[in-house]
Amino acid sequence: MKAKGILKDMDLARLIIAAFFVLLCVAAIALKLNAAELITSSLTRMGMWGVLVLAMLPAILAGTGPNFGVSLGIVCGLLGGLLALELAYRLEGAVYFSPWALFLTAMIFSLPFALLMGIGYGWILNRVKGSEMMIATYVGFSIVSIMKLAWVFLPFKSPEMAWPIGRGVRVQIALENRGLAQLLNNFLAFRIGAVTIPTGLLLTVALALFLMWLFLRSRTGMALAAAGSNPRFAEACGINVDRQRIVGTVLSTVLGAWGILIYSQSYGFLQLYEGPMFMPFVAVAAILIGGASVKKATIAHVVIGTVLFLGIQVVAVPVANAFTAEWSSMGEISRKIIQNGVILYALTQAGGE
Amino acid sequence: MAVEPVLRMKGISKSYYGTKVLDNINLTLMPGEVHGIVGENGAGKSTLMNILFGMSVIHSTGGFEGSIEIDGQPVEIRSPLQAMSLGIGMVHQEFMLLPSYSVAENIKLNREVLRPTLASRIFGPRLQSLDYSRMYADARKALQRLNIGIDEYATIAGLPVGYMQFTEIARELDKEHLRILVFDEPTAVLAESEAEHLLRAIKEIAASGIAVLFITHRLSEIMEVCDNITVLRDGRQVVTKARKDTNVIELAELMVGRSMDFRAHKRKESHNSRPILEIRGLSVDMPGERVRRVDLTVYEGEILGIGGLAGQGKIGIANGIMGLYPAAGEVRVAGTLLELNNPKAAIAAGLAFMSEDRRGVGLLLDSSIELNIASGAMFGTGRFVKTWGPFSQVDQEAVRANAEKYISELDIRCTGPQQAVRQLSGGNQQKVCIARALTMNPKILLVSEPTRGIDVGAKQLVLDTLRRLNDELGMTIVVTSSELAELRSICTRIAIVTDGRVAGILRPDDPDAKFGLLMAGQPISKGA
Repeated sequence: MKAKGILKDMDLARLIIAAFFVLLCVAAIALKLNAAELITSSLTRMGMWGVLVLAMLPAILAGTGPNFGVSLGIVCGLLGGLLALELAYRLEGAVYFSPWALFLTAMIFSLPFALLMGIGYGWILNRVKGSEMMIATYVGFSIVSIMKLAWVFLPFKSPEMAWPIGRGVRVQIALENRGLAQLLNNFLAFRIGAVTIPTGLLLTVALALFLMWLFLRSRTGMALAAAGSNPRFAEACGINVDRQRIVGTVLSTVLGAWGILIYSQSYGFLQLYEGPMFMPFVAVAAILIGGASVKKATIAHVVIGTVLFLGIQVVAVPVANAFTAEWSSMGEISRKIIQNGVILYALTQAGGE
Repeated sequence: MAVEPVLRMKGISKSYYGTKVLDNINLTLMPGEVHGIVGENGAGKSTLMNILFGMSVIHSTGGFEGSIEIDGQPVEIRSPLQAMSLGIGMVHQEFMLLPSYSVAENIKLNREVLRPTLASRIFGPRLQSLDYSRMYADARKALQRLNIGIDEYATIAGLPVGYMQFTEIARELDKEHLRILVFDEPTAVLAESEAEHLLRAIKEIAASGIAVLFITHRLSEIMEVCDNITVLRDGRQVVTKARKDTNVIELAELMVGRSMDFRAHKRKESHNSRPILEIRGLSVDMPGERVRRVDLTVYEGEILGIGGLAGQGKIGIANGIMGLYPAAGEVRVAGTLLELNNPKAAIAAGLAFMSEDRRGVGLLLDSSIELNIASGAMFGTGRFVKTWGPFSQVDQEAVRANAEKYISELDIRCTGPQQAVRQLSGGNQQKVCIARALTMNPKILLVSEPTRGIDVGAKQLVLDTLRRLNDELGMTIVVTSSELAELRSICTRIAIVTDGRVAGILRPDDPDAKFGLLMAGQPISKGA
């Protein structure tokens, strides 16, 4: 009975993924790949994605399913980032923005957009109960396309953003010049042998997880989880289910916005245009690999999923490349197969108890 | 010349998972006879009909005992299709009609009159075309037998409910070789004039030599059309009588009658205490349990029962008061007007509700026992939550202590307060619901179907708990239940709801006949 229960908890899909990860690590060692480099970049990628994966949690708990439309939050974050950079440029000479102040400004600027977008998006999701995931995917794609126009027409002047000729902002905006690149990563960073620990980045993710944990134990958090897990029960308790779903969506959107800023500082660039298009799928796949379903999720699922999926992402590429040197996109292909396979698997499990 | 009975069911017994639901039922049906079958919900009426129709639920649960003969020949009915070919027709309670098809098309569905075409001669009979003129003529004929002016060209969607019912009947009549026609509560959805029309039609159908089995709980209808009447109660055949040898009151008594034990619970009358819940003109739009202008007063410290047959609206009353289904009317709690359609207001007014849908509405199945117990108070009134300005945290210790208190007080069998409620038995889940309601410190406890889906031993425990709450804490309790015996064993007064209204309020020791009459929609005349 007991063994059966554990097996059921750790279902087949997760066992296969975990085994695959172990296999990759063994292969990496056997192929004498640079282990220190792999560990460093694994830790960095996990930190980069941590908050974006966490953004899935409130959405699933509130009953709207994994947030395939988190790109909505992502563009809000990018917009906040651009506004902060533009402000620093316009006030150049008058006010000096330290990298930390600039990063904080970006977060603050992105907040009102994320709140408004989240409320509107939650309002839409409340009108399409039962097919939230499909609608979310389309909302995500739509906003990315709409923002492509916006990136062209918004009157940003800062030379690091604007194309030298014509109008609009560049596809990638470097953060190096303002000291934003790897700002969090380098904070308190230290080395163990050849491995660099991006302490600040990991601490940021840990802080976000802790705040989420606190939130889930607050009255609103409890109500949100109740509304998602059994709407009719929640209603009988006097909980406004639709409002809780909006709360969940707003939280997810805000986490998406801040998540992309954390991601971008580590990456060193803000990626516009097509950049955010497929990012939600990575976050969705990660939390699902961690053991969440489209109806249930915990903070542990976020952690496990981030470690497993992003670990695989980092290790798979050089291993695959070592095997098939002439076919260098093999790593990328295997990553895509895992990502979409896991999403597909989770969706087929959606109805089952 | 003796007429051979068209149907004979001999010694029919049926068990579901060890529970006997039918016990040695014998039924004989002569051609042209109208035979009434009456009984409460769960008396076994539908199971008997499912057996007659060879429904798959019967065979997938181990079949049945006894034998069925048609025209003196033993038959084994394995499927509804076979039942139809033996000349058994059924008019369902829920309509089985295609809304966008015409009346005639529905009558002829899957028995269409076909006409060969050029294509069908070459490619086979699947390409034959429909002979509409003959289909309409057949439909017309069947409708005429019912003596009703439905246009056979009309589409079903938009027809009044009564017409849909008649279309169903016409469909059965149109079948050749129809020998036996079963009506399953046909008048439940009909207006009074339509019901009268239907009864006339039944008589005419019987006069043409077709045997009719008429299932209903409306005793007056039974008395009007039936030649013979069988009363079922708890799966047993109480009696089969000719109509002329019985009367409505006797039938009501037979339908409800149980050997009752009133010793343990001499309930105190509490009419002299003040009204704590006043319901005036309450209507609730709960599908399948519609409430139409109910007036009811609950006095402080009493246990009021709400009884009645399924679908009559008794369930809707509590659900409406709690704001779970759209409601209109006036409800006062201890004199203060309650805002309807707002669960939060109902909870704030001191009402706690144990839903009839325990697993669907009553519990968070995948959450812990302690959270379930605390949830009502936590979300309703903010208990168990520590707040600092806009921030709040659940007080885990208080939640745990509260759960532990009720686990020992109500004897909830579990591995600990953190066990998921899904893993508990029905009876223990119900105790969690009770604990949850009590944690809210309610002025009035509304309980719906407290013993549904829990085993016999646990039933008594749940009922005893309710009685104890009333005795020891003086809690006012409103119990809604389909089990009359249960209500009579714990309640001070019992309101019987029929057709969405309170048909009457009885005392638990009133005679069976009164309960039966009220449930059957008969006003109690003097002398009854």
